[in-house]
Amino acid sequence: MRLDVKLPLGLIFSIIGIILVCSGFFYEKEILAKIQFNFNLWWGALVFLFGALMLILFFRSKKVSAGKKDE
Amino acid sequence: MALGIVDYLIIGVYFLFVLGVGYYLKNSIKSSEDFFLSGRSISAWVTGLAFIAANLGALEVMGMVANSAKYGILTVHFYWIGAIPAMVFVGVFMMPFYYGSKARSVPEFLKMRFDEKTRGLNAISFAVLTLLMSGINMYAMGIIFKLLLGWSFHFSILVAAGIVLGYVFFGGLTSSIYNEVVQFFLIVFGLFPLTYLGLKEIGGWSQLVSRLPETFTRSWSTLSSASRNPMGIEWFGMIFGLGFVLSFGYWCTDFLVVQRALASKNLNAAQRTPLIAAFPKLLFPIFVVLPGLIALYKIPAATLTSNYNMALPLLMKEFFPTGLLGLGLTALLASFMSGMAGNVTAFNTVWTFDIYQSYIKPNQSDRHYVWMGKMATIFGVLASIGLTYLVMYFNNLMDYMQLLFSFFNAPLFATFLLGMFWKKATSNGAFWGLVSGITAAAVHYFLIFRTGVVHYGSEMSANFYGAIAAWSVCFIMTILVSLFTEKRKESELIGLVYSLTPKQDRSRLPLYLKPGFLAIIVLLLTLALNFLFW
Repeated sequence: MRLDVKLPLGLIFSIIGIILVCSGFFYEKEILAKIQFNFNLWWGALVFLFGALMLILFFRSKKVSAGKKDE
Repeated sequence: MALGIVDYLIIGVYFLFVLGVGYYLKNSIKSSEDFFLSGRSISAWVTGLAFIAANLGALEVMGMVANSAKYGILTVHFYWIGAIPAMVFVGVFMMPFYYGSKARSVPEFLKMRFDEKTRGLNAISFAVLTLLMSGINMYAMGIIFKLLLGWSFHFSILVAAGIVLGYVFFGGLTSSIYNEVVQFFLIVFGLFPLTYLGLKEIGGWSQLVSRLPETFTRSWSTLSSASRNPMGIEWFGMIFGLGFVLSFGYWCTDFLVVQRALASKNLNAAQRTPLIAAFPKLLFPIFVVLPGLIALYKIPAATLTSNYNMALPLLMKEFFPTGLLGLGLTALLASFMSGMAGNVTAFNTVWTFDIYQSYIKPNQSDRHYVWMGKMATIFGVLASIGLTYLVMYFNNLMDYMQLLFSFFNAPLFATFLLGMFWKKATSNGAFWGLVSGITAAAVHYFLIFRTGVVHYGSEMSANFYGAIAAWSVCFIMTILVSLFTEKRKESELIGLVYSLTPKQDRSRLPLYLKPGFLAIIVLLLTLALNFLFW
């Protein structure tokens, strides 16, 4: 069986996304005041969304190919 | 610079996945076709992304940012008159021969079209080139990690070499391709914030333009004479040297990138591979040229001019908070490792098929060649480590790499053009054309440029003209020798030469899957961008 590239893509980016979002949440107040814009949080969310999208696509295509096998 | 736990965590996640993918694929590698060509089973968007990502090594990421900090916006020409037209050409015109001939490598194609000696020459010169390039990637990574993480140079190199060896050894080309796709997105996610944060601080593109000299922000209007731009070149050298010879030479004949397309599941997917790759490639200046310009404005000139290669890491240090820094570093790490892995996979294929199987031990079992491929992988990684220390004697990576391309790829492109589009090109013509082309590049570099007989505006400009010389000599010699040597029968050249190959019927394909349609769209977009930044 071949590995669908969407699975590693989905896993790695959703995990990195979560790490970034968490680090954005746990900023100390002084740092937050200095950076004006919490880039870790928002960029992390975007990275996570990309990862999640890949995972959804992966599970959908898996379903489709499983369905085909049944026929 | 202190790295937080978060940064290390992100780097750790990446390492884990890279090795995990290689390990997972271990069981699906059964034949040599699996190991070297991914069983020709991968879809076009994956091979398309791998096609650009294989080229996104140290050269592209660190080198292009450095190049842009040194030469300004002229760096976009590496994309908009360089890579894109060349990628369109390889997709529309050359891929039918590469993929259709069932050749497993570029040298093997040369054997089919010409003969054994042309293949041998190309296989050996290409094997040398891949190891040198792999060494350059390792070198770049070593200095970055020494500077940013405080790891020792030797330690960084050993870690990277170990990981690349791990995943190529088990997963072969598939593993390499999957990592290239992951790496492509890492680069996008890791570098875009840099452009955004940089432009935000400066106050947008128009502010950046107003604060830099015009010669750094106009791509064509300063090319009327060599004295008007930082690269010291005029439009002829740019279009013919970089656009035609060097870029076409690289994208059309370098097996490292062509190998990605050969892994496609059918000819149409193989043709679409470079065309799909061309779309994101079009926008890559956002990730590399813009940061270079931002570095010009943001980093003190003295620091920058002492080592342009450090422009990108210095910018990351300047703009990225911990967390984002981890992502940016992972992107760099990934680009070096995949640059290295790409070269190692191309090396093991060419070594196993074109040197070992052809000249050393023919007629062995398939399993034997997979084993040899794995041994070649180990050797390739070890040799790259050795060559890393050789690279330390050169101080400018980008100029050095274009120099290598002018030696190896530029003359080869002439051989391919004639081989694919002129049925009268003969084997002896190709061989002696190549030999004299490579010799011409060497004569130009060592006897004409180095000794100061001809003076150029910059090293880069010298490389462009060296490439033009190598290409022209190869082109003319191939024609001359072909006119006086024995031609092959036309029946032997079907599928290898344009005029003797039946055209594919694509009338039933939907429009968006037609290579010609994709080519026209991407060329129109390229043209528009050239005018926009004229």
